[in-house]
Amino acid sequence: MTLPTQTYTITRDDLVRYAAASGDQNPIHQDEQVARGVGLPGVIAHGMYTMALAARAVAEWFPGSEVVSLGCKFTSPVVVPADGGVEVEVAGEAVASGDADGLTTVKLVVTCAGQKVLGMPKAVVRGPHR
Amino acid sequence: MPVDQSLVGKAFPPTSSHAVTEEHVRAFAAATGAEYAGGGAPATYPIVLAFAAMNAFLEAESIDLFRIVHGEQRFSYERPVVPGDVLTATLTVASLRQIAGNDIIGTTSEITDADGVLVCATSATLVHRGPAQ
Repeated sequence: MTLPTQTYTITRDDLVRYAAASGDQNPIHQDEQVARGVGLPGVIAHGMYTMALAARAVAEWFPGSEVVSLGCKFTSPVVVPADGGVEVEVAGEAVASGDADGLTTVKLVVTCAGQKVLGMPKAVVRGPHR
Repeated sequence: MPVDQSLVGKAFPPTSSHAVTEEHVRAFAAATGAEYAGGGAPATYPIVLAFAAMNAFLEAESIDLFRIVHGEQRFSYERPVVPGDVLTATLTVASLRQIAGNDIIGTTSEITDADGVLVCATSATLVHRGPAQ
């Protein structure tokens, strides 16, 4: 079953808030000079920020369900401009196991400007079906 | 400077305990535009513990955080994290290899509750970038 694609916007302010909440104060997510100094194209979102958006989509698609596993590779950075923000799209395809375990596998596709930014993102959820 | 190969298999001391509060879960959810409506914390919340464990590991090995790029993250949950939990994380270096001047560091962290029961096991691949060319 194809799930409705979710679109989220990431701003630099979001990254500052996320850094405080997560504890990840790596300056490549806040400071243009440091980011460029290590060869990045600019300030990039925390990989975990993008993964959190994937998890947010799963939570919105399957309210009340429990996430059993979640994983991805971070294949391409999400560059966040100083002004405005950048849009990230989360698309998903759900496959119920059909077994008594009640598990549903959600294969995700997470893109920014048409390019995949996460490698094989996948969640497995248990609980209320859609 | 490459990371010391002898670290593979080494377990680092557990992080100091982290008391999960509703306020913090709410702040974590809000930072990604989500609304916390009670119950389990967002699925990526255990990164707070895993990140603290990683930071302690990087400090112990004198690795600069700004040279670290996240390669991969996986979570396997025994149950959702909920406010009231008191959690600690224990990090083990699982693998280490060098590719094109970068260290590729594989870590696993076990996140346990106040009774020592596993809540979430998580693995991360960290790319330690060499100096910019």
